[in-house]
Amino acid sequence: MALSIPVSEPIARRRLPAWLRGAPWLAFLVLTIVLVCAVGGEDILPDDPNGLNLADAFRPPFWAAKGSAAHLLGTDNMGRDILSRILAGSQISAIVCAYAILFSGCIGALAGMAAGYFGGIVDAVLMRLIEIQQSIPSIALALILAAAMEPGLTTVIVVIVLTYWAWYARIIRGEVMTLKGRDYVNFARVAGVGTPTILVRHLLPNIFNTLIILATLQVGQVILFEASLSFLGLGIQQPDISWGLMLADARQYITSAWWLITMPGIAIMLTCRSANILGDWLRDRLDPRLRQL
Amino acid sequence: MPRFLLHRLLQGLVSIVGASIVIFLIARLSGDPILILLPNDASPQLIAETKRNLGLDLPLWHQYLIFAWNALGGDFGRSYRWQMPALQLILDRLPATIELAICGLVFSVAIAVPVGVLSAVRPGGWTDRFGRVFAMLGQAMPAFWVGLLLILFFAVELNWLPAFGYGGVSHIIMPAIALGWYPVAAQTRIVRSAMRDVLDSDHIRLSRALGTPEHWIVWKYALRNAAVPLLTMLGVYFAAMLGGAFVVETIFAWPGVGRTVVEAVFSRDFPVVQAGVLFTSILFVLSNLLVDLAYGIVDPRIRADR
Repeated sequence: MALSIPVSEPIARRRLPAWLRGAPWLAFLVLTIVLVCAVGGEDILPDDPNGLNLADAFRPPFWAAKGSAAHLLGTDNMGRDILSRILAGSQISAIVCAYAILFSGCIGALAGMAAGYFGGIVDAVLMRLIEIQQSIPSIALALILAAAMEPGLTTVIVVIVLTYWAWYARIIRGEVMTLKGRDYVNFARVAGVGTPTILVRHLLPNIFNTLIILATLQVGQVILFEASLSFLGLGIQQPDISWGLMLADARQYITSAWWLITMPGIAIMLTCRSANILGDWLRDRLDPRLRQL
Repeated sequence: MPRFLLHRLLQGLVSIVGASIVIFLIARLSGDPILILLPNDASPQLIAETKRNLGLDLPLWHQYLIFAWNALGGDFGRSYRWQMPALQLILDRLPATIELAICGLVFSVAIAVPVGVLSAVRPGGWTDRFGRVFAMLGQAMPAFWVGLLLILFFAVELNWLPAFGYGGVSHIIMPAIALGWYPVAAQTRIVRSAMRDVLDSDHIRLSRALGTPEHWIVWKYALRNAAVPLLTMLGVYFAAMLGGAFVVETIFAWPGVGRTVVEAVFSRDFPVVQAGVLFTSILFVLSNLLVDLAYGIVDPRIRADR
């Protein structure tokens, strides 16, 4: 006798793995667009982001009077397509995020692990360094660095790394301090495992989730920071395209062309918000204890 | 208490000395100050002599000690551009920055307290939702863009407020909003969670049982307790405003420390940049110190902990 097992429809339809359910798809979509534009370069843009066309200058977005479908978000004072420039600007944001997060994460993780594991003098020195770093407002640090170095991509990355390494270091230090007292670490030490191996094989995998979460939560802040620096003229310089720089250029046309002010800002807001949503989601998935971050 | 106080003061002092070392080193990174001061075709003797006169031939640590000693006496050198002592220039511009920071703080608290209280009283209600949307927007909008949007709307479109400059009350409204925008979300969250805790406590339940009017309970009994965490945090937010002032002052042409330092960066006016950054750092450390002390007074457990 064939025994038919009734398979309820919802179960059959749940093909997504459990950890992906409730993922913030819209945020994923926005960040994917940013990433694709950053990697794809100028070939995939609707128009040349640096193509001058003075006859077509100051065209409003397509829904406004005098707007055209050829320039969906309008054109700037030199007739350059705003949409293409915003998409091209995602490249700088992605580059800054990648380098800044990689370096601040690595330096912070190394310092935090060393301080948390060895304690004593290493810890004391590191904590003083963190306090010093926190006593200089990050924009002020950026200003003095920009005065000392030429403003540009490198300055932006150096400033962000100098600002954020301490954030990683403090949190990783706390994690390692609790982890190093666990039995498996003690057993490894008793079994004669060397310190480097304990750090890499036994501690690093356990702080990896925290690192991923911190890195994702940093993306939004890096984007805001880069935009602010570039807006002040201390960050990305012409002819590179950055959202903050676009807004700085748009300032003088604020009375005539509202879309020059609003559009790049919306790009910043969307990207930043998406990164924050993704970071929150990852944190809730991987490590809800970090919720106060 | 004196032990805790002494410990924190010492810690603050170490931070400020450290910050001054960092600032000194970065400034020296910029290459030879001689090249800025002397013409390109200066003779080697002249260069050597100027170096000796300025103490630039001394080892770096010695140069730092001279810099620190002068800074202690309030001497950061003269501004190349304004032809006056750099510290004097910063002190002249400080009142405008403090004024702006206080107004920004007042704006953020004026939004955060009512929204936080109402969303704690009715979680999921429309104030709660409004607060969430505001928090969401606040943390994703850079202060300078908020400033530009305010100018676009209130100065260009509606013509209600002056777009920039320093003067009466109308001049400070937009800069204060732009500066106070970002911390609103965090402050609302602090008030909301503190209110939720307090509204759940026994003395509030007793007041309810005694028939005290609800608005009396919420705005008088509960808020008085729930305001403590926010009040103690105000120093942190004030410090954050000092950092934010660099950008906001630049947009609104506000004659404060922030804009002065930004302009000094572009004219390579090193004494002013050094004095401005070090001065901001000291204010920053002092504000954070006050927060810790306030916590120590409010919550004796923290004192014992240190």
